Amino acid sequence: MKRSVFALLLSAVGAMAFSSAAMSETLVNIGIVQATSGGSAALYGVMQKNGAELAIEEINASGRLGDYKLIGIHQDDAGDRGQSVNIFQRLINQEKVAVILGPTLATSAFAADPLAQKAGVPVIASSNTAPGITDMGDYIFRTSPPESMVFPGVLAYVKRKYAPKTAAQIYGIDDTLMKSAYAVHKKALESEGIKIVATETFQKGDVDYSAQLTKIKAANPDILVIGGLAEETANIVRQARQLGIPPSTGILGANAAISNKLAELAGDAADGFTVGSGWFIQYDSPKNKAFVAAYRKKYNSDPDNFAAQAYTSVYIVADALKRAGGVSDLKKLRDAIAATKDLEANNGSFSFDDHREPAVAPKVLVMKGGKFILAAD
Amino acid sequence: MSTFFQQLVNGISLGSTYAVFAMGCTLIFGVLNIVNMAQGAFFMAGAYFGLEAARLGLPTPLALVVALLGGGLLGMLSELVIFRTLRARGGHRWMGLVASLALARMMVGLAQEIFGTQVQRYPANGLLQISWEIADVRIQLLQVVILVVSLLLMALLAFVLQRSSTGRAIRTVAFSEDVARIVGVPVGRTILATFFLAGALAGAAGMLLGNLFNVVSPFMGEQMLVKGLTVIIIGGLGNVPGAVAGGFMLGLIEVFSVAYVSSSFRDAIGFGLIFFILLVKPNGLFSGFEERRA
Repeated sequence: MKRSVFALLLSAVGAMAFSSAAMSETLVNIGIVQATSGGSAALYGVMQKNGAELAIEEINASGRLGDYKLIGIHQDDAGDRGQSVNIFQRLINQEKVAVILGPTLATSAFAADPLAQKAGVPVIASSNTAPGITDMGDYIFRTSPPESMVFPGVLAYVKRKYAPKTAAQIYGIDDTLMKSAYAVHKKALESEGIKIVATETFQKGDVDYSAQLTKIKAANPDILVIGGLAEETANIVRQARQLGIPPSTGILGANAAISNKLAELAGDAADGFTVGSGWFIQYDSPKNKAFVAAYRKKYNSDPDNFAAQAYTSVYIVADALKRAGGVSDLKKLRDAIAATKDLEANNGSFSFDDHREPAVAPKVLVMKGGKFILAAD
Repeated sequence: MSTFFQQLVNGISLGSTYAVFAMGCTLIFGVLNIVNMAQGAFFMAGAYFGLEAARLGLPTPLALVVALLGGGLLGMLSELVIFRTLRARGGHRWMGLVASLALARMMVGLAQEIFGTQVQRYPANGLLQISWEIADVRIQLLQVVILVVSLLLMALLAFVLQRSSTGRAIRTVAFSEDVARIVGVPVGRTILATFFLAGALAGAAGMLLGNLFNVVSPFMGEQMLVKGLTVIIIGGLGNVPGAVAGGFMLGLIEVFSVAYVSSSFRDAIGFGLIFFILLVKPNGLFSGFEERRA
């Protein structure tokens, strides 16, 4: 309720600003498709919506785009791919957006992105980490490093720390992202010569993992690798420790499990939990410090990597828009986005590679005292 | 062998929450013969009532009372607003089904608006985090407490149904509303009391499960409702001891299907079992022992 009043005020203020600018402005509609309701997906959706809206606000205020003004149009798909498809259609056909940021879940992306590809509207995802996202077409980009890019680094670190010979895996069987994370983890483990001694699954909405974890405990693995979102991962970690899987058994997660919520739900049990990421909060650069401070000021909470990646996505669009000289030709905008090179972003210098994947240095993070910190080598 | 006993512990503690929830379901669905799809929403609401009470600093037993009363009052409300109104107008029972589904949806929406969609947890309780390791089997104090509370609730319900005048009235109404009216049982009030009991059991189950697995979310009731329906079919509609036995059975079946078959087949086995039971024992597994309802 409060939010809609706020939105109304905002649009009223926007309308006034628009009329006083004597129509010299060109409005650029940016679709933001992020789940802000619907369970686990909302954890990531809210963060990305916040990150994108913060960047839009900053860019408009800075005047760096001259007469162009970015208008963020947020739509909640509730993590449901049917809704993502409807929203994409509406954004493309009615709102005539120049670019779509999102959607939150890879499952939704596989359903909805082809529509944008067909219509020639660029899509930039900032939380899809499943393989094959950018294979859907040359208009599909992502700023979220895929699991296959970050996990080998995580495993290399864990090998130094735990010297594992055996591993157990548990993953969500009814989610595209988790299934693909599982496949990435499995391949990486096997190529490192680590034997997988137990493989268990769970489903969306599960709360009790004790049966699976008891089986895993009996297999006595050196490490446990979880393919799950933050809320599920948090509970698996907590229940694993409660069942007596010792701290000497390292627990690794997927990039998608990174959330400030993880520590809150898992408590002390999450200490030592290891993940790979393209960004982390203490990353030492002026650009990142400014981002974190602005985010905290606006939202009164800490950003996570998904907020950071969504924020970067908007800066990529702004930068490309300038180079393309507007949005009248979306093909030109696409080419400009694809040519993004060494853009100063909150996780270092950002480029897209030939497959429209982010070229950023992956970082290994470890949970300590309720915060993700950079793993010490 | 220790793995087997560990799984037994896992199954019993999961099953105890199913049993408490299913007792409420069987009272409404079986004893009153009313289809109330909002039972899962009362379960969810109970978890939030308990959570808010715990956050206000109330000790856990009092928080449980809050969850019980909150769930019970919501149950009564659903009877007064939906079912009684529909009965008075001669509505078909499908209308009650749809109306209660709508109520459940509204409650989920309301919970999303008030508490947000994110999963929340109960405040950490140092005492309940104690656990023992007996011959390699981990037993948490929390699991023991939840089992004891569940058994107490079962005993309490049995006492109310068998020994109290309300219980006798409920059983009379279950036998036949007309007969109940003839012998002077206040039918309306008795149905209302049953709704209170069922809502209270759902609310208590919500708090127990929320504590046990550290999860409270607006969506937790939907899956639970399906489990509740499963249990009352296993146990026999309206059969309270059957609901208890069925609850523990479903918990154990789920855990052991993960343990000895595969985690991917857990629900397939659970629901396959329903099919099987419906085919061979349409009145529930325990129909031979217990013919009366409630």
